[in-house]
Amino acid sequence: MKSKIFSVRMVVATGIGAALFFVLMRFVAVPSGIPNTTLNLAYAILALFAGIFGPLAGLLIGLIGHVLTDLTWGYGIWWSWVIASAVFGLIVGLFFKLYRIEDGEFGTKQLIIFNVVQIAANLIAWVGIAPTLDILMYKEPAEKVYLQGLVAGGLNTAVVLIVGSLLALGYSKTRTKAGSLSVDK
Amino acid sequence: MSQMMLSYIDRPSPVHRLSGATKFIIFFLWAILAMTTFDARILLVMSLFGITAFIISGTKIAEVSFIFKLLLVFMAINLLGIYAFAPEQGVEIYGSRHVIWDGIGRYTLTWEQLYYETNVFLKYVVVVPVAILLMVTTHPSEFASSLNRIGVNYSIAYAISLTLRYIPDVQRDYQDISRAQQARGIELSKKVSLYKRLKGAVAILMPLIFSSLERIDTISHAMELRSFGKKKRRTWYSGKPFTRRDAVVLVVTLLLFALGLYLTFRSGTRFHNPFT
Repeated sequence: MKSKIFSVRMVVATGIGAALFFVLMRFVAVPSGIPNTTLNLAYAILALFAGIFGPLAGLLIGLIGHVLTDLTWGYGIWWSWVIASAVFGLIVGLFFKLYRIEDGEFGTKQLIIFNVVQIAANLIAWVGIAPTLDILMYKEPAEKVYLQGLVAGGLNTAVVLIVGSLLALGYSKTRTKAGSLSVDK
Repeated sequence: MSQMMLSYIDRPSPVHRLSGATKFIIFFLWAILAMTTFDARILLVMSLFGITAFIISGTKIAEVSFIFKLLLVFMAINLLGIYAFAPEQGVEIYGSRHVIWDGIGRYTLTWEQLYYETNVFLKYVVVVPVAILLMVTTHPSEFASSLNRIGVNYSIAYAISLTLRYIPDVQRDYQDISRAQQARGIELSKKVSLYKRLKGAVAILMPLIFSSLERIDTISHAMELRSFGKKKRRTWYSGKPFTRRDAVVLVVTLLLFALGLYLTFRSGTRFHNPFT
């Protein structure tokens, strides 16, 4: 089978991934202990799907999932944060070959790579892109948006670090290891 | 789990009869203009247009009032937040300072701040009716074909249509799994420690992931068997043809959009300044 940019499996994974992201974002709120802030499990799923299906799937899941969430709340689309979600998915997905989740080889080394990448991606998305775009597009006060970005980025990092890593470990364990069979001579 | 969500309401109206592609284009132009301009006069005229379209669509306030309540809270928090963090943001933007009230410490009240926050408020008022209309008057299965028509790659359009199709399924799966796990003593509320909450979340998400990945395999095999993606174009089961009505509405919107942009940038900056 010749490989295309959009394999059928990736299209479907994007669709279902975005549905998962949407449901978790829209209906599931786990209290974080800080008033009015909830832990967003959606980003654990986004990181996992980006890690399994690659950068394009990550980008699209973040984009579609977040746009739909915003639209069904009725306030239009808050583009700066939508773009940040998409970029987070993209960056985590860029290194998906290194995690080897599908190959069943998600061990300590891969776990560290995965988390270094996700922390960097969270920093870029929530402390870099989201507040900067807020200032450029909406002229919101810098102090406010950087604080919002730091809180959101910090919480998302924690969620992906714990929930995302555990999910990746759990899923990888069920996969058959690459090269686990050898021919008897 | 709250079930409050905007969804399609079937009703004969001129807005419903427009093709989905037209509504998408209008929504995007609308959002871009609302985001760009900081001129209260343009925003006021736009919100009048938005509200008129809302009335024409026959959508009842009662059907979407829950959204308005949530929005009011959200807007109030945001506007107060801006004031709390930067009570002189307006002064910084407009470069002049007309004090209404000296206030306490750095919390002064200036006309500039008032005008800036009015603009931020109006931006919501402008986008909200149009965003609600897009969701309420476009049938979900028309979304994909409309996006494809305005130039989105059909694989991506199809992914979006899969998302809309599977949201209810995923939601039901989540509820089932979450109740089953709660019956086994898993707690996500404030009653247990943060660590336990996150572990509980993993216990719920893990089966959800497995069922979803299984679903991905089933669907992609079915699509593969039907040769999805082999051709450059595809047809859609539910796509509305472009009519003269669409053309007229689009031309009018484009003209208004151009006029809006022209008026916004007439003075060289997008920040309309009534103070100089």
